[in-house]
Amino acid sequence: MRVLAPQHADSLATAPAPAAEGHGEAFNFAHLLDHVKDAHEIELPWIGHVELPHIPPVTVAGVTIDLSPTKHVVFLLLAAIVLAVWAVTAARSYRKNIVPRGMTNVLEAMVLFIRDEVALPNMGPAGLRYVPYLLTTFFFILVMNLLGLIPYGATSTGNIAVTAGLAVIAFIMIQVAAIRAQGLAQYLAHLTGGVHPVLWPIMVPIEVLGLFTKPFALCIRLFANMTGGHIVILSLLGLVFLFRSFAVGVGSVLFSVGISLLELLVAFIQAYVFTMLTSLFMGLGIEAGHVSEHQETGEHAH
Amino acid sequence: MFDINPGLIIWTIMTFIVLASLLGKFAWRPMLQALQEREGKIRDALDLAEKARTEAAEMIRKNQENLARAEEEYQSMIREARSVAEKMKEEIVVKAQQQARLELSKAQDEIRRDLDAARLQLRSEVADLAIKAAEKILDESLDAAKQKKVVDAFIKQLPNN
Repeated sequence: MRVLAPQHADSLATAPAPAAEGHGEAFNFAHLLDHVKDAHEIELPWIGHVELPHIPPVTVAGVTIDLSPTKHVVFLLLAAIVLAVWAVTAARSYRKNIVPRGMTNVLEAMVLFIRDEVALPNMGPAGLRYVPYLLTTFFFILVMNLLGLIPYGATSTGNIAVTAGLAVIAFIMIQVAAIRAQGLAQYLAHLTGGVHPVLWPIMVPIEVLGLFTKPFALCIRLFANMTGGHIVILSLLGLVFLFRSFAVGVGSVLFSVGISLLELLVAFIQAYVFTMLTSLFMGLGIEAGHVSEHQETGEHAH
Repeated sequence: MFDINPGLIIWTIMTFIVLASLLGKFAWRPMLQALQEREGKIRDALDLAEKARTEAAEMIRKNQENLARAEEEYQSMIREARSVAEKMKEEIVVKAQQQARLELSKAQDEIRRDLDAARLQLRSEVADLAIKAAEKILDESLDAAKQKKVVDAFIKQLPNN
């Protein structure tokens, strides 16, 4: 029972081929997408395809929810475990020695970057309480992106459902930060855009829509970037099977190595962009709270 | 590929929440705290170094001041000593000159006295000699008293010196 139906892939393919066939002799565009797509099985070195267990789907309010673990769920959890081990080990090493070494140093450099270059400029000192959230977002996305670059790996962030989940959390955090800084009344007042009540029926939907577009953009950006790079690499390698020529093989392998290096960069950049924009949007809400406070105190003074 | 799997959204959110709470408690908070402590330590160390530096500078300044003061004192001491010595020299010279003058006048007095005495003696000796000579010449024609009268008269005729 496939959740992501392969119709799109099949419609693009020159000849319909079963997805499980994988590395077939004839080049088929569907095979490219199979690598990017989610699946109910994972590939392991030497073992081959492993079918993941199925859980019967539940229907809640007309939406069928299938919680069966998929390939992307596996890599999502793997990323979480890798990150947890890395971060907890690093945090513990500070008890023995405050001078970081090795992987702790790598983590610390990025932690300090998120704190000093992302959180502080965008949110100010009031945003320091959200640094742990931003750190989790950054490293979780980063590790998921990087897992897609290793052999047999899959990019969970190349799945729109995963980026949608991250965007939902970003949406909640942005609203929480705004409400905490401004108070609920001020937050709701902001949704009216400060216009005459007659215009509220127009203004409020626009403002509410504005709240959703930001995380939506985050979701699409991450998904598109992570998927795009992989498709480029797979297309370049696909040229080898399409042309069956030695020269094209050398060329496309070199190109795909270059794109892989670019992907490595993109893995970091997209994790950074997602975190930076989230903190920026949170900062806007926090700043609005400060501005209104200043206005109030200013009015009291007069 | 663009179909959204709601199950995967739930998986993502659940994983994220578990991961965020776990990391928040066991990784990020201890780590950020450790970093903050270390930053505090570095700041303290820098402050301490800065304080030590200013203290050292202050000490150097004080030393230089002391040195300058000592130099000045030493110079004034030399000046004073020199002036004292100058004064003493002058005094000594003056005293010596006075002494010399005194000695000179004393010597002159003595010489004069000696001269007077010598002159007196010479006069009495000359008188005696004259008497003796007159005695010899007159050969007992006159007595001693008469002779004396004659000689005294003669001496009185002589110039005083």
